Amino acid sequence: MPMPLELMLVACVVAASSGMPGLVISRRSNAGQWIAAALNVVGSTVGGCGLIAHYFSGTDIQQISRTWSLPLGHFAVGIDGLSAVFLVPILLISALGSIYGLEYWRQSEHPRNGKKLRFCWGLLTAAMMLVVLARDAIVLLMGWEIMALAAFFLVATEDWNIEVRRAAWVFLVAAHVGTLCLFALFGLLRYVNGSFDLWASTSGEIPAWLANTIFVVGMIGFGLKAGIMPLHVWLPGAHANAPSHVSAILSGVLLKAGVYGMIRVAACMPHPPMWWGMTLLVIGSISGILGIAFAVAQHDFKRLLAYSSVENIGIITIGIGLALLGRSAGHSDWIVLGLGGALLHLLNHSLFKPLLFMGAGSVLHAVHTRQSDLLGGLAKFMPRTFALIVIGAMSICGLPPFNGFVSEFLIYIGLFHVSASNAGNAWISAALAAPALAMIGALAVAAFVKLIGGIFCGTPRTETASHAHDPHMLMLVPMVFLAVCCVLIGLLPMTMAGLLQRAIAAWEMSPSSATISIGEFVPLYGFLVVGLLLAVLGFAGAMAIQRLRLRQPSTSAGTWDCGYLRPTSRIQYTGSSLSEMLTKLFGWVLFPKKSIVVLRALFPNQAAFSSETPDTVLDRGVLPPLRAIERAISWIRPIQGGPVQVYLLYVLAALLTLLVFASW
Amino acid sequence: MIAHAFNTLIHLVLLITMPPMLLGVINKTKAWFGGRVGPPVLQLYYDLIRLVQKGMVISTTTTWIFQAGPIITLGAVLLAALLIPFGRFDAPIHFGGDLILFAYLFALGRFFTTAAALDTGSPFEGMGAAREVTFACLSEPALFLAFLVLVKLSGTYSLTPMLHSPMAHTFVTLPVASLLLIGAGLFIIVLAENCRIPVDDPNTHLELTMIHEVMVLDHSGPLLGFILYGASIKLFVLCALLLNVIAPFQSRFAMIDWPMFIVEMLAISVVIGVVESVMARLQMRHVPTLLVSASLLCGFGFLLMLR
Amino acid sequence: MNASVNALLVVVLLLNLFLLGTSRIRALIQGAALQGILLGCMPLLLHQHLSPFPFVIAAATMILKGSIVPQMLFKALRDAQIKREVEPLIGLIPTMLLGALGTAISIAFASQLALVPEHSQTLVVPASFATVLTGFLLLTTRIKAITQVIGYLILENGIYIFGMLLLEAMPFLVELGILLDLFVGIFVVSIIIHHINREFASLDTRRLASLKE
Repeated sequence: MPMPLELMLVACVVAASSGMPGLVISRRSNAGQWIAAALNVVGSTVGGCGLIAHYFSGTDIQQISRTWSLPLGHFAVGIDGLSAVFLVPILLISALGSIYGLEYWRQSEHPRNGKKLRFCWGLLTAAMMLVVLARDAIVLLMGWEIMALAAFFLVATEDWNIEVRRAAWVFLVAAHVGTLCLFALFGLLRYVNGSFDLWASTSGEIPAWLANTIFVVGMIGFGLKAGIMPLHVWLPGAHANAPSHVSAILSGVLLKAGVYGMIRVAACMPHPPMWWGMTLLVIGSISGILGIAFAVAQHDFKRLLAYSSVENIGIITIGIGLALLGRSAGHSDWIVLGLGGALLHLLNHSLFKPLLFMGAGSVLHAVHTRQSDLLGGLAKFMPRTFALIVIGAMSICGLPPFNGFVSEFLIYIGLFHVSASNAGNAWISAALAAPALAMIGALAVAAFVKLIGGIFCGTPRTETASHAHDPHMLMLVPMVFLAVCCVLIGLLPMTMAGLLQRAIAAWEMSPSSATISIGEFVPLYGFLVVGLLLAVLGFAGAMAIQRLRLRQPSTSAGTWDCGYLRPTSRIQYTGSSLSEMLTKLFGWVLFPKKSIVVLRALFPNQAAFSSETPDTVLDRGVLPPLRAIERAISWIRPIQGGPVQVYLLYVLAALLTLLVFASW
Repeated sequence: MIAHAFNTLIHLVLLITMPPMLLGVINKTKAWFGGRVGPPVLQLYYDLIRLVQKGMVISTTTTWIFQAGPIITLGAVLLAALLIPFGRFDAPIHFGGDLILFAYLFALGRFFTTAAALDTGSPFEGMGAAREVTFACLSEPALFLAFLVLVKLSGTYSLTPMLHSPMAHTFVTLPVASLLLIGAGLFIIVLAENCRIPVDDPNTHLELTMIHEVMVLDHSGPLLGFILYGASIKLFVLCALLLNVIAPFQSRFAMIDWPMFIVEMLAISVVIGVVESVMARLQMRHVPTLLVSASLLCGFGFLLMLR
Repeated sequence: MNASVNALLVVVLLLNLFLLGTSRIRALIQGAALQGILLGCMPLLLHQHLSPFPFVIAAATMILKGSIVPQMLFKALRDAQIKREVEPLIGLIPTMLLGALGTAISIAFASQLALVPEHSQTLVVPASFATVLTGFLLLTTRIKAITQVIGYLILENGIYIFGMLLLEAMPFLVELGILLDLFVGIFVVSIIIHHINREFASLDTRRLASLKE
């Protein structure tokens, strides 16, 4: 009988070491990347076996605790239902991403940074596993820091580019602000619990202000990593500028580490006050609407995908808020639907977002530009990528019969449950969140129609776009795998019910047999019926058209141009034109920048128009105060930057001061 | 059991045969206001028959999504139509949460319609797609706020019991103000989603001013027939949704209730025709205000439910 | 009785949102007039005993708010030849949303107040708060002088609704006094509008800031 936890630790070590053999192999040879990918796949397989073993072992939690020579605390790891849910995307995307990277970031084509990338990739995987397995604050923080640094180097892969360096720095600063909050969080938890042991619900009475501080600090610390709305400043830049398979793991998995923390912190009190859940509902709604509104306004398709992550984290936050409300009000149906929806959406997002980022990577690989307005018509040249991206886009928009629909469905039903009840003031936030979710859905359709329409539909707008071609099999296979998962979860959500239920039980700290099953509130088999009905209707329609075409053959002609004599591909509606109305509607928060050349002469010879939507929070909310602080404390700067002798003098002065202080 | 099967059968028959008639009634009403004779009430049926017999012209620019658009959209609205109860009779398919499926099926149709429009590469169709996705962002929240009221009223999460709950109340216990408010909100949604005046003018000849008609400029023959038929079903379904909110009457005799449902549906299309006759199309920039006020009406109805 | 008052107040609240959302000045004036007439009906519905006072108040309110004031405003509109469009400082949709938020907050706030049971059943208190807020919103977000006048009018409507609670206690002379003030105020403002228009050819109240010297 293999022990799940031991298997996990083995997987962790294998993943961490996956990039190391490559370090000593020639930078021109592709051998290192194959070894790394193989080790990653082996690690994920071992980890997957561990997960299966855990799932069938029937025990709710398995834990290992060893004392070690490091100060403060001991080495404690454990696996329970909640950790298991988060381990799935880590193992899956790490393996698939490394396969994708074989072709996307071939060592022989990227001799300068291929080794570094693979080394950090393995470290990132292992660190994220450590974070979700940790049962001791120090272990978690170690994993957290390794994760942040590995991700930093991954973002900075193309470090000769100034934009990439800037994005990586913003990421590093945000990561460290988050870590600071975590120091405070674990300090407070130790004060309350008396040890660094993690994720035990606080027993006994603690003062309200302390509980509230723990909640707020924890939400900020983990929320910075998750990227909920005002704290998302690092996210768009980092996701857009990293290599695409790195964006996939950042968005699909790294953000989830933050969500993991948020869910754990939310569970730290047995009876949380009402406003915790309500706040999360409101923040989630804001994050969702504004995240996707920013996505709609982007012209860079990877930035669009990055902002859509903010939106999805918003939806997940709504689910967590719902579960917290349920815990406050003692409604277990809200908990099951809210947390079940949040966790399922998280799993779904870690399937379709990597799929979309890998698809975007394939486009980028083929045309070497991230500006969707320069593309167009790629559907003809890259039909496979196009089909895969359509599946990903439909899933992320929550359209039936794909997986996004199932998770949003759970959250909707939960919100309806809240508003149908008369519990306190909870209905206010639920009544806000349900229409907000509807708006998010509609905006997501707009954003992804823009993505598809701008890149794949119509005719190519530039020469490069017309030379695109589908990528290599090694890049297609991971995408196909992810797309199949999206379809399967959409049709057969009951296969996920067991995993989710055990996670919910772990969150409620009750034995898994005691929780209500999701199937009691939601007809899980209905999704299969709906999917089949849609398929039948679609198939029947297609057959009808086919038969009618046989009777009366169709002819081909150019698109009707309303009698215009010389249409060019440049008069097509671009993605930016598509989103112009929405950008204007949300202008009060997006602050789009436009530059227009005003035409004055009778026969003006040249004109140009450009628009962009930079991140409002970063450019208007974060950077100005930081610059002000920098100016305010610039007088302190001369202390640093002097010769070494001066530094040694500081050391001496400090020593003397200490001596004087000690002998006082 | 037999009665149930019978009612389901009538539901299906009405769903398949009746929708094009609503558009005929609307056009007849408009013609009457304009002092014209107008096209026959059954005109759309003739159009559909003619269209499916024609050949298609398919743009060389397009891919499979151009042809998938009308097919999937029609499939989605047909499925949505199976979720809505007609009058006091149960819908053929109902389960907890079908209201969400209902709303998202329209989103599915929108996704494919707009993608197909962009697939042609025509700037006009892109313009229509842009308007479609923009206005949907404002009408979806209104729809869900209206659903919240009905959920609150009925305590269930399925369209059939939800839409039947106003009938179960007597006039005194019925929250008339809330229902009237969401009725008004839903009416605006019906007009906006089906691209009627004052949001969109289906009869104009200027592509620049249209939404739905301009998105389908390049579809022809059977595909265009699918689109027109799908649009008429969409109108029918949304009117049936509205009907249960504003006219919760029943007699308990199927022989009376089915004809009553048909008459009521025709009456709603007359009302739409009257609205189209007496109003001008709004400027595009004013449409969002109208849609936001639909949300506010429904939200207001919800607030009043809570008192 | 409560039901009919509530129905009336719901219409009043909807009119508030309409006033915030409309882009035509004529529609704005008509909406305000309609609101005035509806509010004129209120004393008749609320008053339990048969006495002449409510009828006097109702008649005075309806004539003044429903007919005389709108006539004056229309005349000012004609004389000054103002463009028909409202000029909002922030867009119409944001003001509408703010108005809706204000209404929601008013309802939530009113439910927290310790009111006499018969008052907590009706919408009188929240409607009054919401109408006052609407008036403030119109005052603060619209540029033209004439829309400012309508803002004051709506503000007064809000106070009037609150006054309905005190109908039994408040001598109707006070109410008539308020109406008189309002009348005089609007009279003066419409004269001023006329003169400003003749002198400066602009009714943009932002330009009044240049008078601060």
